[in-house]
Amino acid sequence: MKYPTQKIAFWYFLVAMILFAVQVTVGLTMGWVYVDGNFLHDILPFNVLRMLHSNSLIVWLLLGFFGAAYYLVPEESERDIHSPKLAYLQLAIFVLGTAGVVFTYVFNLFEGNWLLGKEGREFLEQPKWVKAGIVVAALIFLYNISMTVLKGRKTAITNILLLGLWGLALLFLFAFYNPANLALDKQYWWYVVHLWVEGTWELVMASILAFLMLKLTGVDREVVEKWLYVIAALALFSGILGTGHHYYWIGTPGYWQWIGSVFSTLEVAPFFAMMAFAFVMVWKGRRDHPNKAALLWSLGCATLAFFGAGVWGFLHTLHGVNFYTHGTQITAAHGHLAFYGAYVALNLAIITYAMPLLKGREPFNQVLNMASFWLMSGGVVFMTFTLTFAGTVQTHLQRVNGEGFMDVQDQLWIFFVMRFGSGVAVVLGAILFIYAVLKPRREVIDPGPVEQARLQETPAE
Amino acid sequence: MSETRVTAIDALPGEFMMWVLIMSELAVFGAGLIVFSAVRLTDLSGFADAQAQLHTVGAGVNTVVLVTSGWLAARAVGLAEKGRVRATRVSLGGAAALGVVFLWIKGAEYADKAAAGINFETHSFFTFYYLLTGFHAAHVIAGLVIFALVAWKCQPRLVETGAQFWHMVDLVWLLLFPVLYLVGRV
Repeated sequence: MKYPTQKIAFWYFLVAMILFAVQVTVGLTMGWVYVDGNFLHDILPFNVLRMLHSNSLIVWLLLGFFGAAYYLVPEESERDIHSPKLAYLQLAIFVLGTAGVVFTYVFNLFEGNWLLGKEGREFLEQPKWVKAGIVVAALIFLYNISMTVLKGRKTAITNILLLGLWGLALLFLFAFYNPANLALDKQYWWYVVHLWVEGTWELVMASILAFLMLKLTGVDREVVEKWLYVIAALALFSGILGTGHHYYWIGTPGYWQWIGSVFSTLEVAPFFAMMAFAFVMVWKGRRDHPNKAALLWSLGCATLAFFGAGVWGFLHTLHGVNFYTHGTQITAAHGHLAFYGAYVALNLAIITYAMPLLKGREPFNQVLNMASFWLMSGGVVFMTFTLTFAGTVQTHLQRVNGEGFMDVQDQLWIFFVMRFGSGVAVVLGAILFIYAVLKPRREVIDPGPVEQARLQETPAE
Repeated sequence: MSETRVTAIDALPGEFMMWVLIMSELAVFGAGLIVFSAVRLTDLSGFADAQAQLHTVGAGVNTVVLVTSGWLAARAVGLAEKGRVRATRVSLGGAAALGVVFLWIKGAEYADKAAAGINFETHSFFTFYYLLTGFHAAHVIAGLVIFALVAWKCQPRLVETGAQFWHMVDLVWLLLFPVLYLVGRV
């Protein structure tokens, strides 16, 4: 850690990991609802659990991005963060908003209230005062980061990161526009939901990945930047019109079927490029960074994002296929692996990289952290396969044979049991990760003579 | 050890990022044409009837217009490299003017279709026709903006990048014209 204000990132990562624990715990609870059917039905209905599961995911990923920005922007811009005070104020607003959201969802005391009540739009359920808080916090963040970048050295990494973060914040404004017409509502709703995860977030992902590759492999900045620009261009070229794959059956004109199919097929390209980028950088590497766990997470992120977002996305993106698979467990399979690979693993990669430096520790091999990678990733991949098979069976029984939804759900029970099992592995993996990042101070495995000599030659950075 | 080896990417003429865009565009239009041809196989007579309503001669004239425009753009690159700013701008202006002619002829055809009550939903042939030629026309408009920008700055590197883009627009039309207007006609 070269700049004192990078310490801000520690608190963002800490809150992010707490919410991560909440997210997976609620997820596991929902997994049991699928098995049992009526678990917690009277206390926490399934729809509330789902809001908590998806909202806490989004918030902790955003906090991770903010933390990553507060960590990497000082190093890239070669100066301290403009105002640490504002950064902590921003975090406080987010914590307050999150607490408010959880309170509102769980107790629902203000049903129908314009300002305080939940809004009932999937993923954008937050009451209006929380949405306003998010905008204020985002403005504080953008001001703080932009001032730091403007006064310092400008790099491709900070350019693309800022483009992604500004786009992310501006697109959130569509959360305030809620037309009465349900088709229009959905059309604008995707401006937030799709253009985040398949547009602006990809830019954030690419730039954080580029920063990690720069640090971990020591490849020339020039090479990293060329890749970064190509990935950003591919992401925007395919992702923006790729929104069309959400406009197949919601009342929008038929030509969206072809626009969506063609452009969202190309959405595989940036994810493939990110995977190729990560591996090529390691091959071309000039340094052997001691933080192997961060490298494992970075490569794992690029690979699982390619499969989750790219391959599993393409699986059901053509409108001829989606006509049958829409809204089945196939979607759930894709959603889980895509979010895990692209954004969860990315955040865990930058946390794994930054935490030893933020806590001022000697680089160590972080065996427990690596174990958590395999446990968590194994769990999510198993879950993805289980849900894919469940979705295939569901598509056939429900969409081809025309059986009733609940009859089909009963027949999927065995898949839901297996999914619950994989969920246990994910939760244990998450707890192990958090413990591994915060607690151990010693090597679990003593490095051999070759590794020890190398560690002395290559300091962590 | 520094990497001074010249790679295939370094050897490409023009701007590298423009090549990334060109390949992406070709992937989109290529996919569109493949899908069009596949759907056409499911309804040969319907596609033939719809195709019969297109203005082949107008589109043929447009092909000549656009290729000539491409020649003027290429000429502008040579002139810019010789530092002849005024001649470069004239050549770019000519290329842009022919781009406007292309849009005018294309617009007349769209207006004619609209007057005949033909739209996106009339037949799947027309869905593809409007999507493909519409996207292409949007690129022609983008090309005009790019011409204005590169003519203003008038640096050889920029003129070359603009011409690169314009040749892609040319090439895409040369693929669209036979597949949409000619294939299957007796």
